[in-house]
Amino acid sequence: MRSRLWTIPLIVATACTVMLVEVVLHGQARGAAQTAPAYRAPRTADGKPNLSGIWQSMNEANWNIEPHSADFPRILAMGAADAMPPGAGIVDGGTIPYLPAALTKRKENYDKRATREGDPEIRCYLPGVPRAMYQNMPFQIIQGTDYIMMAFQYAGALRTIYMKPTPGPADSWMGWSNGKWEGETLVIDTKDFNGLAWFDRVGNFASDKLHVVERITASSPDHLDYEATIEDPQTFSRPWKISFPLYRRKEANARLLEFKCVEFSEEVIYGHLRKVPLN
Amino acid sequence: MNCRCLATLGAMALAVGVAAGLMAPQPIAGQAQSAQPKAAAATPAKPWTGKTPDGVPDLQGYWTNNSYTPLTRPQNVTKEFFTPEELAADNKRRAAQQAEQTEPGTTADVHYDFTQFGLDRSQTRLTDNLRTSMIIDPPNGQLPARVGAAAAAPGGGGGARGGGARGGGGAAAAPGAAGGARGAAAGAGGGARGGGAAAAAPAAAGGGARGGGGGNQYDSVQNIPIGSRCIWTNSAAPIMMPPGYNPAYQISQGPGVVMILIENQHEVRIIPTDNRPHAPSAVKPWLGDSTGHWEGNTLVVETVNYNPRTLTGNFAGTSDQLKVTERFTRTSEDSFTYRFTVEDPKTWVQPWTGEMPFVKINGPIFEHACHEGNYGIANTLQAVRNEEKKAAEAAKAAQPK
Repeated sequence: MRSRLWTIPLIVATACTVMLVEVVLHGQARGAAQTAPAYRAPRTADGKPNLSGIWQSMNEANWNIEPHSADFPRILAMGAADAMPPGAGIVDGGTIPYLPAALTKRKENYDKRATREGDPEIRCYLPGVPRAMYQNMPFQIIQGTDYIMMAFQYAGALRTIYMKPTPGPADSWMGWSNGKWEGETLVIDTKDFNGLAWFDRVGNFASDKLHVVERITASSPDHLDYEATIEDPQTFSRPWKISFPLYRRKEANARLLEFKCVEFSEEVIYGHLRKVPLN
Repeated sequence: MNCRCLATLGAMALAVGVAAGLMAPQPIAGQAQSAQPKAAAATPAKPWTGKTPDGVPDLQGYWTNNSYTPLTRPQNVTKEFFTPEELAADNKRRAAQQAEQTEPGTTADVHYDFTQFGLDRSQTRLTDNLRTSMIIDPPNGQLPARVGAAAAAPGGGGGARGGGARGGGGAAAAPGAAGGARGAAAGAGGGARGGGAAAAAPAAAGGGARGGGGGNQYDSVQNIPIGSRCIWTNSAAPIMMPPGYNPAYQISQGPGVVMILIENQHEVRIIPTDNRPHAPSAVKPWLGDSTGHWEGNTLVVETVNYNPRTLTGNFAGTSDQLKVTERFTRTSEDSFTYRFTVEDPKTWVQPWTGEMPFVKINGPIFEHACHEGNYGIANTLQAVRNEEKKAAEAAKAAQPK
């Protein structure tokens, strides 16, 4: 009995010590994540983390950025080849916080998604941001000092990230991007969108009030962590986040090839104006 | 907003641009003497030594190659260089020619007013190239003879002057083979990737989804030249010719790569400079496949494997052996020299070389969403369909009952 009584404070003390150690260690780890991540990227000649290379997402977000089951193809004649693959989504929390009117519009978008007035991707229109970043085609980062270019295989789309902040002259598909370095992280602030781009093939969207803040951090020689905060008071009830990894294209002689899709879209856009209909 | 309007107008205007480029040059008083100006713009006294942080020559910035200098020397000009006064006079004359297109009541005036929309070349900074032709070799400023062609064929294949033929379809003096062969290749449903609308005779009017059928230019979108459809511009490939409008370029450099943004139609060229080989030759990009390397102060870019449909105008009928070597040499804070050598032993009896300066302009370059704003195609096709319907109704009404 006596000895047991003696052990109780010891056990308590030991437990407290373990907890204390845990708290301290955990706290250190968290602090570390905010100031100096585990991986430090190689530097460019001007001393910045070198994000150059050809990158690509590996997820199903271009079909639907929210979590979704597999589903029927948009064009039934395409059968399983165009069926939607299932995806866990890239939206933090899983659901986009639409305002009620915007939710109605998303439904309308969905219903017309496979038509000439539907998904801009069908018409080979510029993908906008953030969609360009997860469109299942590679893109290349060309990292200069005053501007960082992102060239996308899809439609030859391009983003210029101005590292010396420059005001956007007008609205556009890809928006106007100013960038800065925060330690290991490239932070890109993009606005001045024209509000015509969609986020995916099921009609998720934003208005021309869209404001995207992206954070891109190398997590290994061949991975980038991508995270974006999406804000649009006209469409969403609060800011929300997406995140996913980007993977380096590792093939020997990996290159950004050309996907000029205009001609692939022309029959959809202009086919009804032919002199002789296609049979 | 303005830019989107311009994009649309621009796409519709390409046909007009071709007309401007092809206009026969007028003689200039006093230009026949061959007084060689001592300041040939291409050779500065002191080489430019600016480097990027990576230690390679710095070509970055916003540039233009805007000029009226024709690819081939006009037949009434015998000297290699203008004096600055003669150049000023030539520029003035050509600007006036462009303005003439918008005389009230002319066809061009229906499209748009060059001056009002800032589309005539004189409203952007000109490079002040004193050369009377871009071509410096052969020294006569003309394209070399075509292989197998009759000896003296001055001027080559039409389409050459003032920026080259843009639209493709039929502009070049048909070395019939290329366009036609490609056109005939795939039978019903189109398949013709060749530019020449006139080439594949038996196909249905308007062709298939892949284009290339016979018939009228406005039978289907696929019969409209690729420039008007925002698919390609001659300011990007095979060589970077001055476009009639939006002649702006941005060069960016990163480790092991040079990127060129061509504002006109929003073309992006990516040129690896890390000694990687070309992509497999079965891959045929519209802009060709480029690799680059540095030779002293010069970026040397070799491009092969062009999509045959890019190859219109002077390049119509070239073979899969076409190779273009471009040399970018920074000559000052304000300029670089762009030299290009074109080789295709199956097409020309010798390689030919041209040269032009690029000079700095203010940025930034704005998004040219050409295809997205191309309302002109739908409007034009709709208008032609309306006319056909009207004509058919009139014909029916006129028939005796």
